[in-house]
Formats: sequence, structure tokens, C-alpha cells
Amino acid sequence: MAKTIFKISGLRFSFGRQPVINGIDLDLEAGLFHGIVGPNGSGKTTLLMLMLGYYRAETGRILFDGKDILSIPRRHLAREIALVPQDFSINFDFSVRDVVMMGRYPYLPRFSPPSREEVQKVSDILREMGISKFADRSILTLSGGEKQWVVFARALVQDTPVLLLDEATSNMDIHHTIYALDRVRQRIRTGKTIIGVFHDLNLAAMYCDRLIFMSNGRIVLEGSTEEAFCEEIIEKTFGVSGTILLHPQTGNKQMMFQKEATL
Amino acid sequence: MVQHEQGDVLCKKRNVLVLLILSILLGAMILISTGMGYIHIKPFAVAEIIISRLTGNWHHLDGLDKVFPYVVWQVRLPRILTAAIVGAGLSISGVIFQGILLNPLADPYTLGVSAGAAFGAAIALLLELPILGVYTIPLFAFVGALSTLLFVLSISSFDGRIASNNLILAGIIVATILSAGISFIKYVADEQVSVIIFWLLGSFNSRTWIDVFLTLGIVTVGGLFCLYFARDLNVMALGDKIAISLGVQASKVRVALLVAASLIAAGCVAVSGIIGFVGLVVPHLMRFVVGPDNRVLIPSSALLGGSLLLFADTLTRAILPHEIPIGVLTALIGGPVFCYIFRKHRRIMING
Repeated sequence: MAKTIFKISGLRFSFGRQPVINGIDLDLEAGLFHGIVGPNGSGKTTLLMLMLGYYRAETGRILFDGKDILSIPRRHLAREIALVPQDFSINFDFSVRDVVMMGRYPYLPRFSPPSREEVQKVSDILREMGISKFADRSILTLSGGEKQWVVFARALVQDTPVLLLDEATSNMDIHHTIYALDRVRQRIRTGKTIIGVFHDLNLAAMYCDRLIFMSNGRIVLEGSTEEAFCEEIIEKTFGVSGTILLHPQTGNKQMMFQKEATL
Repeated sequence: MVQHEQGDVLCKKRNVLVLLILSILLGAMILISTGMGYIHIKPFAVAEIIISRLTGNWHHLDGLDKVFPYVVWQVRLPRILTAAIVGAGLSISGVIFQGILLNPLADPYTLGVSAGAAFGAAIALLLELPILGVYTIPLFAFVGALSTLLFVLSISSFDGRIASNNLILAGIIVATILSAGISFIKYVADEQVSVIIFWLLGSFNSRTWIDVFLTLGIVTVGGLFCLYFARDLNVMALGDKIAISLGVQASKVRVALLVAASLIAAGCVAVSGIIGFVGLVVPHLMRFVVGPDNRVLIPSSALLGGSLLLFADTLTRAILPHEIPIGVLTALIGGPVFCYIFRKHRRIMING
């Protein structure tokens, strides 16, 4: 029996008077890639932020590894869950290496210089992500997609059992998207759990073991990609129609969409 | 652009060297400027006087003019040290404000601290309240700054979270209201108006050792507090979500640092009047030298800010034919310097 890493029950949350999460019950198994999909404003990002303890639920609760997420000290949690957020800002002239090094902050005392081991971990990730060459460039000189790449590398070097991806590849080209998600997928083998919000349904179908379809702050369906990724559920959730085909080489399910009106 | 040779700022020899050079610069400036003025005293003699005063060993001073120790210890050093400490305090405060508000134009006065202090001081000057003798005005300035800060924080926080834009907006609104209040006080002040204007322009004239210890206390405690959270401030430059995922309680740290930086600024303003541009320019200058890591930026800005304000004060005290208000001088020097670095590094600032 696999371990349940997140146990969410009766979860409700609103921004002011605007309800965003309208009662969610969900168990997420450890060691899998979980994808969250749904239309804009369906509460995907909010759910992810609640799982990080960034927001405080009004009712219901989230158990992480058996403990209430809000009862775990932040610094401790930073060694358990990493995040690649949808929106981030970089306002100062930090080098790429500086930013990636921040992923090791949760393990380092405030004022001690990083040990050789820590520096090595950062170098390894820089190499894995192919950015050793511009490690010493200022992050402000990079393009939007490159910045996101560096923020992604920073989350990987945090080396936590759980990684939350909030449209983590939204600014990347298709090559970098696939490369980044491959790196993440690889980490499933070492027992890590990935929970990612996707806009691109076909990417979600390519990489995720299980899919969570959300709409209006509720879960439409949670299930294995095999079962859940089907025309009816996608039409019910997004209001679009299309045909699901199997990739001739990989056997992955992929959706071919149709225009909504004949133009 | 800053060269990053190794893995982390803290192991870089270059940054250690910069801190060392800035410390020596500040020390040398204190010695040299103490010797400057109407009575000229050699830096070596100044050092001797300070050493013998600190060790209580007076026979070092044989052969020196009997007036020198008095001039150095009672007249000049309090003023010089106060100027250096205030320069350091305003610079630390500037680093924190720019770091938290993510706005290159933020300075220690962004939250209306200066307007609050000025309003408090203006009331004390107008009513000629003799509560604490010469410390009445600093006290009123401090209380004015503090209540303004609390008011700005309270009107800009929603659901326990404070957004940078709200803070800046609230600070500007409150400062504008207080400025109108100050104008009104000037209008009704009659013959007191020149005293009020003079205070607002800032001065280190006739500071005492009490001023030194007051500012030293608040700047040291506040500065160490800010330094403790320096790394958290680094992470907060990537946004709250990343900061929280890295174990930093961004909302709490933000409020704590804003309060600490404002207290430092309030303490400095209370003692010296309103001195602009130091807290704005120094952090920018230092960022070009040591980079954005606040663990190095805070101490190096403090050292440079101390040296620069001391330089400006010495200029007006001992070099210029007439003493002009220090607040005017820092704006006259700082403004053009800021224009220059702004032009030179505009690309970086705009990208941010």
C-alpha cells in the first residue's frame, strides 16, 4: 500500500467574498506525478498554494505526511516541499548562481558560507540544466523563459521529497519544456512526488501518472491518466471537444482539438 | 557588472576587502575631520587625544596645547560621530526600504517618517514646550515619526498582508497631509518660523555625547536586527511565494524590517533633522560595488553612508566659508550623483 503524502478534507477558501475552493477532498499518493488541470479561475493555483501553507483554509484541512500543514514550521517545510511558482519577480542584480544557491538556504545557517558539498550541488544542477556557462551572468539580463528556467533550477536544487509546479514551463519553448519536465519525471524514480498545474492538456497526459480535473473550485474527477483523460471529462470540464488518439510510438494519450465554430 | 568568482558572496575575498577598505576610510575620515576646523589639529594628535582619553593615560599629551583635548573630545567628536552614525543609519534604512518595497526610489522616508518627524518637531518648536530641555524637539520628532509609521502601516495592511504599492501610496498620502500641516504651523508660527525652517533643513551643530549614544544605540540594535534578516530579504526579491517555499515568513519579516528600518530613520531624523539623499543614493552605489546580497550590502552601505555624511558635514563645518544646512548640501551633492548613476545604470533599474 503506497503512502498518502497529502490528505485534503473539506477544504474551503475564498478571497474576500469570492469563493475559490468550494469543498475539496483529495488524497494524493506519494511517488507519483499528479497533474492538476482545469479552466482559468477554477482554483488550481489556489489549491497548490493551500498545499504549501501559503494560504490558510477557512474550513477543512490539509495533512502533509500525517501532520496539519499549518502546524509544521516554515523552515522545516522548506526541506519537504519546493515550488516553481507561476508568477515571480526578480528585482535585483543577482547572478544565476546566486539565485540557484537560494534553493539551498533552507539547509544553511544564515551567515555561514556554503560548504564545498553545497557548492557542488549547485554546480551539478547548473550542469544538469545546461546553464553552467551563464552561471555568473546577472539574472536581469535573461529573457522571461530563461529566468523561469533559473527559478526552476532553484527548485530542483532544493531537493525536497515534494515538488509543486504551477505552470512551471509557461514561458519556455517546447524543447526546454520537455527537457525540464523530463528532469522532473526522472526524479519520480528516486521516490519524489510531483504535483503540477498544467494548461497544456497533452503535456499533462504525457507526464502525469494521475490527473485531477478542477472546475469552479471543485474536483470534477481524480483518476489515473489512463482512465481520466477522456473526451467526455475534458468536454465536461473545459467545454471543448476533440478526439483522443494514441501516440504511435509511445502509446501516450493525446487530444486533437476542434474549432468551436465553423469559420 | 559585479564579477561572481565563487559560489557565494560570503566567501568572496573581494567583498571582505571592500568592507575592510570602507572601515579604514571611515576611521581615517573621523581622525582627519576631527583635526579640521578653526583650530587645526594634526590627525596624529587627534589619535593621541582619543587614545589617552579612552585609556585614561594622560601623559601622552605632554607638549600638546591644553585646549586641544577639549576641542577634540567635547566639541568636535560628538558632532563627527553623530554625523557618521546618522549616515550609517540612513543608509541601512535605505537598503531595507529598497529591498522590501522592490522600488529603486524608496528611501528611509518613503513611509512618511520624515514628514512625521518634521510635524512633531514643528509642533514642539511652535509651542516652545520645555518638557525635556534640549531633548524636547528630538522626542517630539521621534514620536511624530513613530505615530506616522504606525498609521501608514495600519491603513495599508489588509488581511494581515501588506503590499508594497499600498505602502508607498499610503506613505505619500500621509506625508502630503503632514506637509500641509507643517505649512500651516509655519504660517501661524510668526517669529518661530525661522527656527522651524532651520530644524527641517538638518544640522549636526552642537551635538553632545548623549546624541552619539542615542543614535549609536538605535542604529546598532536596528542594524543588527536588519542584518539578521538580510538573507531572508534576498529571497524576498524573488516574490513572496518563492520566499515562503524557502522557509521565509515573508509577511512577518516584511513588517519587522519595515518597523526596524523606520525606527532607525526616526532616531536619526530626531537628532539631525531631515537629511535627504544619503539613504537613497548610498545603497545604489554599494549595489554596483558588492552586488545585491543584503548580507554584504547592509554593512558596506552603513560604512560608506557614515563616511559620506561625515564628509558632507565636514565640508559645511570646516571647509566652506559659511555653514550651510547639511540637508541642503546632501541634496545638492546627492542629487547630481543620483542622476549620474541613474543614467549610467538605467537599463538595470528599468529591467527590475
